Amino acid sequence: MFKPHNLKKLRVFVSIVFLLSLSFIFLDTKETFPVWFRESFLFLQLVPSVIQATTVIGWMALGILVVIILTLLFGRIYCSFICPLGILQDVITRIANLFRKKKRRFRFLKARNILRYSLLIVVVAASFSGFIIILGWLDPFSVFGRFMTHAVRPVYIYINNGISSLLFSINNYWLNPIEFRAYSWASAGAVVALMTLVVWMAAAYGRQYCNTVCPVGTFLGLLSKFSLYKIRLDQQLCNSCGLCQQVCKAGCINTKEKSVDMSRCVGCYNCLTACKSNGVLYSIGLPITSDASHNSSRRQFLGSSASLVIATAGLANTIDQPQHENPTTIPEEKNFPVSPPGSKSLDHFVSKCIACHLCVSVCPKQVLQPSLFEYGLKGFLQPRMDYHTSFCNFDCTLCGEACPTGAILPLTLEQKHVEQIGKVVFIRRNCIVRTDLTDCGACSEHCPTKAVIMVPWRKVLLIPEVKPEICIGCGACEYACPTKPFKAIYVDGNKVHQIADKPEVLEQLAAPKPEDDFPF
Amino acid sequence: MKRRDFLQKTAAATLVAGTAFKFGSFSSLWAMEASAVNDKPYDLVAVRNGEPEAMFDKAIESLGGIGKFVKPGRSVVVKPNIGWDVSPERAANTHPGLVKRIIEHCFQAGAKDVFVFDNTCDLWTACYNNSGIETAVKSAGGKMVPGNVEKMYHEVQIPGGEKLKTALVHETILNSDVFINVPILKHHASARVTIAMKNLMGIVWDRRFWHRNDLHQCIADFCLYSKPTLNVVDAYRVLTRNGPRGVSEADVLLTRNLLVSTDIVAIDAAATRVFGSEPDEIPHIVIGHDMGIGNMNLQQLSINRISM
Repeated sequence: MFKPHNLKKLRVFVSIVFLLSLSFIFLDTKETFPVWFRESFLFLQLVPSVIQATTVIGWMALGILVVIILTLLFGRIYCSFICPLGILQDVITRIANLFRKKKRRFRFLKARNILRYSLLIVVVAASFSGFIIILGWLDPFSVFGRFMTHAVRPVYIYINNGISSLLFSINNYWLNPIEFRAYSWASAGAVVALMTLVVWMAAAYGRQYCNTVCPVGTFLGLLSKFSLYKIRLDQQLCNSCGLCQQVCKAGCINTKEKSVDMSRCVGCYNCLTACKSNGVLYSIGLPITSDASHNSSRRQFLGSSASLVIATAGLANTIDQPQHENPTTIPEEKNFPVSPPGSKSLDHFVSKCIACHLCVSVCPKQVLQPSLFEYGLKGFLQPRMDYHTSFCNFDCTLCGEACPTGAILPLTLEQKHVEQIGKVVFIRRNCIVRTDLTDCGACSEHCPTKAVIMVPWRKVLLIPEVKPEICIGCGACEYACPTKPFKAIYVDGNKVHQIADKPEVLEQLAAPKPEDDFPF
Repeated sequence: MKRRDFLQKTAAATLVAGTAFKFGSFSSLWAMEASAVNDKPYDLVAVRNGEPEAMFDKAIESLGGIGKFVKPGRSVVVKPNIGWDVSPERAANTHPGLVKRIIEHCFQAGAKDVFVFDNTCDLWTACYNNSGIETAVKSAGGKMVPGNVEKMYHEVQIPGGEKLKTALVHETILNSDVFINVPILKHHASARVTIAMKNLMGIVWDRRFWHRNDLHQCIADFCLYSKPTLNVVDAYRVLTRNGPRGVSEADVLLTRNLLVSTDIVAIDAAATRVFGSEPDEIPHIVIGHDMGIGNMNLQQLSINRISM
């Protein structure tokens, strides 16, 4: 027998599982769970999966189909069951309620169609013209990801390290401290801006972010108008008491007119639990074709489309030009930023990355840091390899495994070892060996392929010599180089990633024989 | 009966004197530990043609056992080279079996705790794991201590240091009673070879300062501050080129040597010979000798050479 009460319980249970798992994915520094665990929660995230489907046909792309089918069957339940930002808003509302004397009452809100459809169109048009970062700024998964990475994670690390150092004081080394190499203030700003908007909207209007700003919410709203199951008010049993309306955080129930705007219903099922007269139905029904608002919203949708496509097309700028046109010798002259291994090319990366910062969270060396304008305006906050902060561990492929959009494609270790993301450049005039006439060699020491070797110089010294053809651009040399303020050795990004030559395999030397004597 | 009297009195006197000596030294345990180290039978022990564990057994036995250096109830820090995220066969990190055997000896001698750490170059968790050292240490009952956060390092003064006046040193070194330095002998791009003196760079935080301020001088200067109780050089597998990380196993030679000494300059000089170079070609060894940190003139040392 169909029990509407259980639907809300189911929703609460599933949403808690999703929120906790997705949060953990951003905090896990020890690879506690296997890749399939991460993927099974990520593949249902709509925006990442859509972008990934444009790059690779993997099972992650199946997520789109699942979400669309779920929506066509049950409405926008994605927003209440799966979307971490949506669930987070529910948590915020719940916590806010603890501090209220009277429980919060929602009311019916008018649909802000022009705003939400315009934003959807801007985002779609911008994405097609290479400005995918606008989608990244508004996409709920990315907003949530940056919130976790730049707000929750530092607190988590701080607490972890506090406990860890307490344990150290009693000679217990059970909990490892986590390094914290750099803090991205630009990302913090983005987090504060977006989260302020989300929290303010949630506090003032319920799920208003989801129903006006969120491109996923707007898109799924279009679909859920045609969903098989619909929330509706029974024209006889409903006595317009308003109980359901008071618990509807989407503000989509109008009890006076006994109507429900399914395009804004987030499928939380609170109304089913609230109704005392069995007046709220969740049942199979045909789309309401005579609905006047439906027609008008479609007109607005089409109208705003045309103008905005034209407007955004002009925005696209490119990073084809080297950023420094008049090179001087002493400062590092980086023509291109370095994008992570597996991102194929700057164009590929910039056009696929939504800056969810999952790679930033999982990178054990923390070499991946959010960019400012290294990729140009259209890559604002997309992660780059920051070799002044750290370098890329040779035997690590975690960023490609984590990336949910395919902006960073997974590499095998073998591929990673020759994936050339940039090339080494040596500025002899900056080098310690030349300026101070002392040995150094920190660069060569760290190089995993020996693309930097030390060669005899001025009889008693050794000075670096670079072999860019076997360099993979990991940045170990640049990171290790001790010179200030400019490095004597650095990696210039490859606009299109290349395959490096393998280091020359030297022949095995002869071992001393057992019958030899001690050399002293 | 004169003769018998004499003998009786002598025996009694000897007994009293002996007891006094015993109690006298007992009251100053530290002085005794120091004298034990000074009374060692050899300046350096070199062993060849064995497995790392067996070679260490031989070497430490000829020095009178590790009990000479590790007294019951003391805490010990063992500092191998764990700088790189590579397998033991690549010989960029100290042999895990050797580290394990040293820890076992320490516990047999009654050590309270044995700590192991390094300030690694590659990702530290990967280095600890893939070097095989973490597993080896834990199986011997030792504790792996992280070295990845600056908070664990505290400033020390280096009196007499020419370039290096201060350094941030890991607290495990500062808090332990006994320091056993266990480097692996390797080629090194900057220092030419890396052995015992260079291995001490792994107990400090800011290595860039050393590279910026005359690397060889800083390596020698730091030895003024830090004198390991014992140095054990792993020269079982030797990375002969592309050091200190190496590119492939082709860079590695199986030489099956092990050296033990309390003299950090002497052991580096001897290991340099094993490597195939001359000690006077290695600037930090020469500087260390000239500063009086140790003796690089191998012909002046009493060396116990053991072939297995």
